[in-house]
Amino acid sequence: MIALAVTTSWYMMLAAALFSIGVAGVLMRRNALVMFMSIELMLNSVNLTFVAVGSDLGLIEGHVAALFVIVVAAAEVTVGLAIIVAVFRKRASADADQLAELRG
Amino acid sequence: MSEVIVFVIFAAVALVGAISMVSARNPVYSAMGLLSTMFSLAVLYVVLDAHLVAAVQVIIYAGAVMTLFLFVIMLIGVDKADAYGRQVPAQRIMTFVVAIGFFAAIALAARSAWITGSGAFGDPEMNGTIEAVSDELFGTWTIVFLSTVMLLTIAAVGTIALAYFGAEVEDEEALL
Repeated sequence: MIALAVTTSWYMMLAAALFSIGVAGVLMRRNALVMFMSIELMLNSVNLTFVAVGSDLGLIEGHVAALFVIVVAAAEVTVGLAIIVAVFRKRASADADQLAELRG
Repeated sequence: MSEVIVFVIFAAVALVGAISMVSARNPVYSAMGLLSTMFSLAVLYVVLDAHLVAAVQVIIYAGAVMTLFLFVIMLIGVDKADAYGRQVPAQRIMTFVVAIGFFAAIALAARSAWITGSGAFGDPEMNGTIEAVSDELFGTWTIVFLSTVMLLTIAAVGTIALAYFGAEVEDEEALL
């Protein structure tokens, strides 16, 4: 029986994988809502690294930083979803590729 | 050993949820995938002794944020199934290359930090209870905490402004 133990590196690897999936979602999807969810996923994975390293080093600051990230994400969600709804009311579409008025 | 089992199960659920979020065509399924990812991350926070962060994760993320997402999906409608990107040539392949390269870069950076990294220099008995976190939050980080109050107020005001003036612009266009 091998003595397996969950180390911080396991959590870092999980967070890296989740972050990469979030990057792929932002790059691949054209629906603004799903892109926004991918950004939330990236914020969540960063939270996981904060908490894992904080617990590993015995520092409560990691948990505090994760709480601040959650607050900023909540503020970001309200504004971002309001922007998506406002764009949808004008354009009847949540497709990010159709918003190209600023293209030179 | 039980920690390993819990980690493997919930890490797998988190990864499957994340992948299904990115790949689902229906935004509601995307929201459900993200919800399962957030719940399994909350379980991992409990394993890491971050009890307050786990509770906040469930209440704020899985509760409030996902409800907001579902409300907006309800407003916008799910019948407009979007295609995957077709504007840039070979966008999907490029996406996979970038994502895998990103993962490799993060993994490499994390690995070098494990080799040279420091050991535990804080309190090894640290436990993320409400008491421990709030001692730090309202002691060292009071100003930052108060500025998040301002941030949330500004975000709420901005959201109201967007909803209110967005409606006016729409009415003007209807008149023209």
